[in-house]
Amino acid sequence: MKDADGSLALHVEDLTVAYGERPALWDVDLDVPAGVLMAVLGPNGAGKTTLMKAVLGLVRPVAGRVLVHGRPYAEQRRIVGYVPQRGSVDWDFPTTVLDVVTMGRYASLGWFRSPGAAERKAATDALDEVGMAPFASRHISQLSGGQQQRVFLARALAQDASLYLMDEPFQGVDATTERAIVRVLRDLRSRGRTVVVVHHDLQTVREYFDRVALLNVRRVADGPVSEAFTEENLRAAYGGRTAFVPRDATGPETGDLAASPVRE
Amino acid sequence: MTLTGGQVEVLAIATLTAVACAVTGTFLVLRRVAMLSDAISHAVLLGIVVAFLAVRDLGSPLLLVGAAATGLLTVLLVEALVRTGRVRQDASIGLVFPALFSIGVILVSRFAGDVHLDTDAVLLGELAFAPLDRLVVAGTDLGPRAMWEMAAILLADVAFVLLFYKELKLTTFDAGLAAAFGFAPAAMHYGLMALVSVTAVGAFDAVGSVLVVALMVAPPAAAWMIANSLPAMIGLSAAFGAVAAVTGHAAARELDASIAGSMAAAAGLVFAAAFLVSPSHGVLAAIARRRRQRWAFAEATLAVHLLQHQDRPEAAEECRADRVHRHLEWDAAFTGQVVRRAVRRGMVARTGPCLGLTAAGRSLAREYMGL
Repeated sequence: MKDADGSLALHVEDLTVAYGERPALWDVDLDVPAGVLMAVLGPNGAGKTTLMKAVLGLVRPVAGRVLVHGRPYAEQRRIVGYVPQRGSVDWDFPTTVLDVVTMGRYASLGWFRSPGAAERKAATDALDEVGMAPFASRHISQLSGGQQQRVFLARALAQDASLYLMDEPFQGVDATTERAIVRVLRDLRSRGRTVVVVHHDLQTVREYFDRVALLNVRRVADGPVSEAFTEENLRAAYGGRTAFVPRDATGPETGDLAASPVRE
Repeated sequence: MTLTGGQVEVLAIATLTAVACAVTGTFLVLRRVAMLSDAISHAVLLGIVVAFLAVRDLGSPLLLVGAAATGLLTVLLVEALVRTGRVRQDASIGLVFPALFSIGVILVSRFAGDVHLDTDAVLLGELAFAPLDRLVVAGTDLGPRAMWEMAAILLADVAFVLLFYKELKLTTFDAGLAAAFGFAPAAMHYGLMALVSVTAVGAFDAVGSVLVVALMVAPPAAAWMIANSLPAMIGLSAAFGAVAAVTGHAAARELDASIAGSMAAAAGLVFAAAFLVSPSHGVLAAIARRRRQRWAFAEATLAVHLLQHQDRPEAAEECRADRVHRHLEWDAAFTGQVVRRAVRRGMVARTGPCLGLTAAGRSLAREYMGL
């Protein structure tokens, strides 16, 4: 077992997670250096969401360990921001946009303390960053899908974390939201934060991210986009079920072929 | 009409019960496990009977402990069955609570039939007789025992919600984030379920096991129709519970009918009223909204037609006030109404025999066409 390295934002070692007897992740090793934007890619059922949940302690691994900036997650809760899939909550819940974003501050408040003016200020600033400030007092049931996604993003920003885990933030959003998310991701990287994003759109990988991890229950490859995002690795991860060919220096147009992730 | 002292006491017990049920029920409804209240309110009978057979004292606080324990057992068994993947939650509830409840009923009828734990009281409560059981401390009559019990239970409910307000809200809205933040959603869940069980025991004395579900589900469901925030939903839910208790009690007196039945019916009527008149989710609001949309869309259709044809050679024909309905294939009377509405709103103006768009009408039509 190699020693924990504090310069890594995330260190995943020999991680195996199973639901019943069905393995979702087999002995995955993964290192994420601080200050990168990393996409986690893989077909449906590859264990991408499970990886996030295991990092956050939401599922118990069969084996292996996870370190965040060199320490177990339980000691680092406040500095890990989580953006779940927006379908994971009930948007009819009786509350406002500002209130949901304020929830991002709950980790640092801890038990029993109520949010106050400082927390609302942080939430208002975070809403402003994602272009949702005018919606602060709206009821959350009145939001479009893209607006819901930006509210979730703002909630994580309000937390002021150093490592962000985002589960498919680009899934089914409008162009305005996609631009807003990309702007926020780049801003986070420029401030030295680390962002790990479960991503589906292979065509935007090169544009949005500087690192990738390819998963298919096991880890297929990870590293800088230029090294790991190769046709060979994609075939290995997607099992030949993708028509996508990564763009390279000699063929600028080939990257626009349609990706066709196959649903199971 | 004036109430006797006994009736005032009955009303007080009914109101405390309804408010306690409404407060805890709010979280059950928001967590979409409303039917667990039905399961718990039945299953607690087993805990009460077992505890009673052990201590032989209906006033013992151990009865509450036994009830809370069986309430939690119900939830655990339901969840364990669901986790096997063979039974869904609704069927699981339908399997677990009748099993526990029937054991309780058998025990009552076999071993406790001689005391006032009889099966009728279990099913429908015995609110009318509640004032007969007095709480007497050092020779002083402090009122019905049930009233003090229910007040203590309500106090516990309110204290729990106030103390864990932020934690309850987060675990209810987003259990995943709550777990990631270390707020122990499972502990909050079982804490809430224990509270529901204790509340169900109190309510069980008042309205019986069959109707607890009405007081736990109808007021919060009605409040959800109207409230825009969680505090408003809890407050409204409590207020609706109290309204159901007071009107149900009054109706029972007028009709000389069951108090429990009347309260549950009143709770149902409160929900029906909220369902009709809620400004955001109500049936009447939806009808009004559809009507408004129909007129607005008809006006837009007229405006787009005028925009397409005015200032062109065919305008004299296409835009004539008395012909426009033929071009749109609309009923003449309906077209008249749409035109009058558009004129009144300053979108359309008459010039001689023809209709023309005003500046506002022009921009309306362009907006609809996405120009």
